[in-house]
Parts: sequence; structure tokens; C-alpha cells
Amino acid sequence: MNDMTPTREQREAKLEGMGCKRKRVEDARFTQGKGNYVDDLKLPGMLHGDFVRSPHAHARVKSINGDEALKVPGVLAVITAETLKTVNLAWMPTLAGDVQMVLADGKVLFQNQEVAFVVATDRYAADDGINKVQVEYEPLPVVIDPFKAMDADAPVLREDLAGKTTGAHGPRKHHNHIFEWTVGDKDLTDAAFKKADVTIKEMISYHRTHPSPLETCQCVCSFDKIKGELSIWGTFQAPHVIRTVVALIAKIPEHKIHVISPDVGGGFGNKVGAYPGYICAAVASIVTGKPVKWVEDRIENLTATSFARDYHMTTEIASTKDGKVTGLRVHVLADHGAFDACADPSKWPAGFFNIVTGSYDFPVAHLSVDGIYTNKAPGGVAYRCSFRVTEAAYCIERGMDILAQKLGMDPAELRLKNFIKKEQFPYHSALGWEYDSGDYHTAMRKMMESVDYAGLRKEQAAKRLAFKRGETREIMGLGVSFFTEIVGAGPSKNCDILGIAMFDSCEIRLHPTGAGIARVGTKSTGQGHETTWAQIIATEIGIPADDIMVEEGNTDTAPYGLGTYGSRSTPVAGAAIAMAARKIKAKAQMIAAYKLEVHEDDLEWDIDGFRVKGLPEKTMSMKDICWAAYNSVPPGMEPGLEAVSYYDPPNMTYPFGAYICVMNIDVDTGVYKIRRFYALDDCGTRINPMIIEGQVHGGLTEAFAIAMGQEIRYDPEGNVVTGSFMDFFMPTAVETPHWETDFTVTPSPHHPIGAKGVGESPNVGGVPAFSNAVNDAFSFLGSTHIQMPHDYWRNWKAAKSLGVFA
Amino acid sequence: MAKTQKTHVTMKVNGAEVEGLVEPRTLLVHFIRENLQLTGTHIGCETTHCGACTVDIDGMSVKSCTMFAVQAAGSEITTIEGVANADGSLSALQEGFRMMHGLQCGFCTPGMILRAQRLLQENPSPTEAEIRMGISGNICRCTGYQNIVKAIQYAAAKINGVEFQEAAE
Repeated sequence: MNDMTPTREQREAKLEGMGCKRKRVEDARFTQGKGNYVDDLKLPGMLHGDFVRSPHAHARVKSINGDEALKVPGVLAVITAETLKTVNLAWMPTLAGDVQMVLADGKVLFQNQEVAFVVATDRYAADDGINKVQVEYEPLPVVIDPFKAMDADAPVLREDLAGKTTGAHGPRKHHNHIFEWTVGDKDLTDAAFKKADVTIKEMISYHRTHPSPLETCQCVCSFDKIKGELSIWGTFQAPHVIRTVVALIAKIPEHKIHVISPDVGGGFGNKVGAYPGYICAAVASIVTGKPVKWVEDRIENLTATSFARDYHMTTEIASTKDGKVTGLRVHVLADHGAFDACADPSKWPAGFFNIVTGSYDFPVAHLSVDGIYTNKAPGGVAYRCSFRVTEAAYCIERGMDILAQKLGMDPAELRLKNFIKKEQFPYHSALGWEYDSGDYHTAMRKMMESVDYAGLRKEQAAKRLAFKRGETREIMGLGVSFFTEIVGAGPSKNCDILGIAMFDSCEIRLHPTGAGIARVGTKSTGQGHETTWAQIIATEIGIPADDIMVEEGNTDTAPYGLGTYGSRSTPVAGAAIAMAARKIKAKAQMIAAYKLEVHEDDLEWDIDGFRVKGLPEKTMSMKDICWAAYNSVPPGMEPGLEAVSYYDPPNMTYPFGAYICVMNIDVDTGVYKIRRFYALDDCGTRINPMIIEGQVHGGLTEAFAIAMGQEIRYDPEGNVVTGSFMDFFMPTAVETPHWETDFTVTPSPHHPIGAKGVGESPNVGGVPAFSNAVNDAFSFLGSTHIQMPHDYWRNWKAAKSLGVFA
Repeated sequence: MAKTQKTHVTMKVNGAEVEGLVEPRTLLVHFIRENLQLTGTHIGCETTHCGACTVDIDGMSVKSCTMFAVQAAGSEITTIEGVANADGSLSALQEGFRMMHGLQCGFCTPGMILRAQRLLQENPSPTEAEIRMGISGNICRCTGYQNIVKAIQYAAAKINGVEFQEAAE
């Protein structure tokens, strides 16, 4: 060895593998305005399509007349449900087993529903055309309150389902009922409640909101009549699923459909589903023979293209008098809007809401969910969470605080008393999940020590006394939240989308000079996969991350994958990447053994290559193995160095975390001040701490928005009253608090690299932390539960209702 | 409806004289994106809230979705494509965003950088509160702003020739 030989540390650092705060490769283009988003695409002769939308929430469509629109210069076509019927596309299947109108067929069921699609030479002309389409409506009675939708005399919303007593998920109880989903043992749970020393019952609502990524949903469709091929560039979180759905409904052979997700400007669940805009743009391209672009505006995005939450959860907990929980009973009224377009794995009509037992050792539990139709937009997407997991976490975390209040116990102490213990993992929950790993007590105690929890409680006690003495008008709340997520959908034994198992995939091809390309079935919408996927490969096979190009989003080149949502990329595709890399490593080992003239078993891996056991100077680097793979492979071996892996995970992963929010509220104005927010996340093995921290910041900010004001609200006539950024709370840098992040590491035992996923944890854990802080602040004045969102006005109303202005 | 009369406009964009025919109603952002093919300037809303379309016009940050192209005639405009150093290297702000992980999906980034660039010209050594207020016309959905603040502090330090001190959490 001479002085030029790099040290082990230098060799490891050069790889920029797992655990490294590697700077992102995406940033060079994004900081210079060279991203490639859908609306940046301009094809020769490209047309623009835009929608005529319904001003009514429920109305019969008597007639649609496009004659005047067709006289507008530049307008080429007005497509209606009648046009779509000629190609059997007036309705489309939803991911949840329902059907949805692509364009209004006889009636409209929510405000801003798509009624007609105007195609023109540019977006201004399309807009002119929209204004000239004449639609005659006959308004019908509107159902907005989900609690009234199941009244016997409630208006019939879905006339197309008349007489259908069974839906995709079993029997329907009422004309506005979609499904009932039950899990758990009802009799044992009822018995636990009968025996309980203490019980609580509260209706906890998680209001309707919207993911609202900064880039709205959009696409360009181009049909090549000669080849019979359809190309779709779109804002898709799951491009392969879109290709399969198009093949199934448009009857175009799947190999003749090319779906490309270029750079996507945020997703947060909004870009998982298939929307009428995609279908209409595709049909318009087939009809006109030209490429057609569809770009929704923000109002359309907020009011028509999916929603999130809208769960109304009657929550009951049974407990002993010293605070040991003995049973959980939850009923959910789930408002799905006009069509059941929930983006859940097909067999899970309420997603994984049965994670609602949370981080606690409930011996028994029972859950029932009733899905219902109302005159609201369809959707039910997982806005920065695994399927309905944030609803579940909110339900149990609020419930535990309410129980603590009733028992007169500290909420943190109650949680510590009921946590699943480290030695109980793998843990089988009362509602059917097998939690892979966790160390909840350590995480909780670390959080409590980090923020001086005991000191904060003392300060709060003093402040409460001062408030009662009339010395201050400020109240203080501590919002504790301890969440367990369930991510990484999912194992083929219980997860599919329209029959396709929810595996994911990776294909790695190494080139002769020791660089390579990895193609993955996921699609980054800001998570930085081009950076982190290469880090996994770097650690696994010793090729520097800088020498691995990661490509996603093109269905012609990427192996089939189910896409990015529900924090599934790292648990599923991350595993596929490691497994593909290990296949390469196995072949590399054979090549190295041949070249070093030893038996394979005499080799051991060492950072970036193989060395002969006991002879550390006898080595072959991965870079040299790459060359040999194309030049001198052992006799009988095929040349080349590439591998593909389709990974069907054996289980979900269960990230967890301990959060706390410290908040002051001025009772006279309702104005709150977030003094401190500390988030400890355990996502197992950490691939890139910089990116993890960024994900946590972003997720917490979305949680803050949702808990403190962000809402899709309807008036009784079904008008959306929060339909633009004017009214829909979108926090700026001024409102957004400072975030403190921390971590523990409890690897997943079944994942090849032990990673669990993190992108959605902060939203799941954050919302209850904020809401618990507000509720904790008011609790000493006699309230048990105040509904979200907790904006200044509602805080003021809460204060007023608690008599503080007397 | 008669075809609308088009107007000839000229302006200076990223140092180059440009011209085009636009309808009176053509928004500046569409002129920049579609006529000039400078697609780094983005559109995230239509109510002047999100700031994804922010460009610099005659020394002011302007949301180009709320200005007609004809109103910008004769002006001098900088878009994200004109921000890098003359030698093609990243500007202090572009570098700051990369180093401090001040971006994720990248959609707000061009507007955010344009706004931050003007902010640092207005106030070369802003406090954290001044940065937060200064970028409050620009929405980011991914980062929670904390690393954007750091990115701007990094750039300010670099421009001012002082060592960047990352604030402790």
C-alpha cells in the first residue's frame, strides 16, 4: 500500500451510500428552471381542452347545447356524455369498485362536476367556448350533511344504482349507502365495555380537506392513428396503474399505451386516481387526431379533483380505574361524496383504518364503517398518509387524551401505561395487524426528556391558576401524540389494486465502466428518489451513488410497479432495489472468484468490492468486475451485469413516533401561538437523514394546515365555500412554526435494509398533536372535545361557549 | 365572435430583447412560458396567492399570472432561466437551495428563488423573521419553509462574504 491508497473511510464516503446526507441530484435542474413538468410539454399542433362545470350540487341536466361554442374562433369540438357513449366511456370504473360519470349523464351530483369538454386551439379559446355552451339544469334537493344522508326520506342521489342492494363491498342498507365494513369481535368488545370501570364516548370528526399539491392535475394525450398508439404524459403517482386502467376501459392493447410521468410538482395522494380530464383528453385526441392538453386550475383542483378525510368517528374506550385500556369501539360515518372514488387497495373500503388501536395493547376492539353518498366531490384520497391511517391516528390519539382527562391522569403517563411493549413484537393487534417492530417506551421517554415535559406541565399548572385569578387571558396546551403508522402496501395476500398485487420493482443494469442505471416502478413527486435509490445501490454493491442514474415514470422502460403513495416507496420499492442489487452482487462474486482464481466462498465483501478472506491485498473492485462482466466472464456464464427484482413484501412496515406541540391561546381573540413543536420519528434504517428531515418538516406543515384551518367546506346548498387559495388555508412561511426533529432507529425485521418509510408519518402524528394541544389548553375550563379545524374564530367560539367572557 | 386583434410587444428578458404578438388579455406568464418557451416560471393558482409564477420586473418581484403581457411591454424581466452566474455556475441562492435542501418537488422553487433574490437586494442581511415575511407571497407545499429560510441565509452569507452559521435547532 502506498500513501495514495484511499482509507476505508474515504472509500465509504466516496460511495455516498445509506446514512449519508447526500445532496440531491434533482436540484441542478429544479433550481435552474429546467424541470420537465407536464404543462411544459408542447407538441406540434397541440390542442387544449377545458371543462364546462356544474354550478349546482344536485340537478337534472335537461339539455346541453354546444352550437354557439362551436362558432367561437379556435373551438373545434364540444364533447358531452353522449359523445363518450359512442366509445362506451361516459362512465368510468373507480379504484373502489364504484363507477363515476366522466361527463354529466342526465344529472349532476356535486358542484363543479364535469359537464362538457371543450376542445380548442389554445387555452384562451377553450375558455371562450366554455362560456358559450348552454346547459339547462333543473335543480334537485341537496344532501350535504352526512348525518342526514341516510334518513329514510333523503333524496336519492345515485339513480344509476336503483335496485342494487349489494355494492362492491357487500350489502347496501339505504339508497345513499355504499358499504358497511366491520372488523373485530363485537361480543367480546361489548362484554369489555359492560365490565369496564370507566368508559368514554365522543364523536370525533376529521373534516374534509384536500391535498392541493402546488402543481394541479394535468395531462397531454396524443393518439397516433397510424400506429394505433396512445401516449399520455400526466401528473401520475402511479403511471403503470394508469396504463392498465386505460387498457381495460379504452380497449387499447396495453403495449400500445405509453404513460409517462415527467417531473411531478407534488402529489400528496391527489395524483393517484384517474380523473375525467384524462379520459376526455384521450378521447379528444382520438377524435381530433391531434395531441390534447388538459390542465386544471386551482379552483377545479380544490372543488372537483378528489378530497381527503371527511370521517365522523364515534369513539369509545373502556378502561380500568387505574388507566389500563380494556376495549375500543369505533363507528365511522364516512362521507365519500357523489361517487366512491377512494384510492384504497381494492379489498379495503376504509383503507387501513383498523390500525385504530394505535400504539396501545387493546385486548379487544370492534370497528364498523358506513360509507355514504352525499352531494360532494368524489375522492377519499390518502392526503399524505397511508390509507385512512391519519384518520385512525387522530381518532385514537384524541380518544386517549379524553380518557386521560376523565381518569385525571397525565396523557403521557396513560400512554406509557398502555403501550405495546418492546418484547411483544411482532405484535398481533385486536383488529388484525401484525406490527413488525417497535420500541415505544424509549421513543416516548426521549421526547419527554428532550422537551422537559414535567417542567412544561408545571408551567401549565401555574398559568391555569394565573388565568383563574384573572392575571392572564392566555391559556397553554400540551399536545401529546404517539402514533403507529402502517405503510408499505402491500403484501399480495391482502393488497391489490383492481386485481394487481401491490408489489414493486427495480431493474439495475451496470455498464462496462462501472456506472449504471436503475429503473424503478415508483414515481417521485418530490421525495428525491433519484438521490436516495442510488444510495441504497451504492451501499449494496459498492458503486458510487453518483455513478447510478435512477429513472422512474416511463411505463415503456420502467418495470411494472404500483407507484408512490401510502409511504410505500421505501418499504416496497426500496426492498426491490436492495434485492436486485443483491442479485447483481451474487453474479459479481462469481466473476470475482473466477478472476481471482479462488472459490466463491473464499471471498468476502468489503465496501466497494470483494477480497479474498485472509489475503486483504487480493481484491477486485466492483468497477473492475463490471468491466470483466462484459469481457471475461467464467466459461458458461452469460455476459452482462443486470438484474430485476419484483418484491412482494411479507408484511407492512410500522413506523412510529412521539410528537409534542406546545401552544398558547389568547381566549379573547382565539389567536394561538405555537411555541414549540418537537417530532421524534422512528422509520427504521435511515437512508438519507437530510431528506428524512425535509419530509418531516413538510408533513408537519401539512398537519399544521389541516389541524389549524385547512378545510373543504360546503354551504347547505352544496356550494364549496373554500374553493380557492383565498379561503383554503395554505400556510406561508409566516404562520408555519419552527420544527424540531429527532429520531430513534428500530429497523423493520422483514425488510432487506430494515427501512420503514417516513414521508407521511409527520402528517399522521402531527394532526393529533396540534388538536390535542388546543383541546388540552381548553380542558381545564370544562371541555372534553373541540372539533377541528382550530382556526382563530373557532378557538374564540370555544372560549365563548366555555363561559370565559362572563 | 371575431378573432381578437393582436398587439406587438417587445421587452428584455434575461438580458435579451424579445418580441411577440399577443392578445390584450394574454397573461404575462403565458407569454413567458408559451411564446418565449421559458417554462421554468410555473403556474400554481389563478388568484395571485401561490407565487409559483414570480419573476423580477424592473427591480420588483411580480406574480406574472396577474399581469398582462402588454403591461410588461418595454420592461426588463428576469426569470429563473436568467439567474445563474454568467459562467453558468449556480448563483449563491441556487446553491443555497441545493445545499440546505430548500426544495423537494421543485415546482415553487423558481418563484421562490426569484423572490429571494429580490429580497436580498432589498435587505442584504435579513433576520429569520424578515425572510419569512419577505417570502410570504410564495407558497411551498413540500418543505415547511424551514430549509428555504436556511437556503436564503446561506446565500446572504455567501454574498456578504461571511461564514454561514446554520442556526441550531
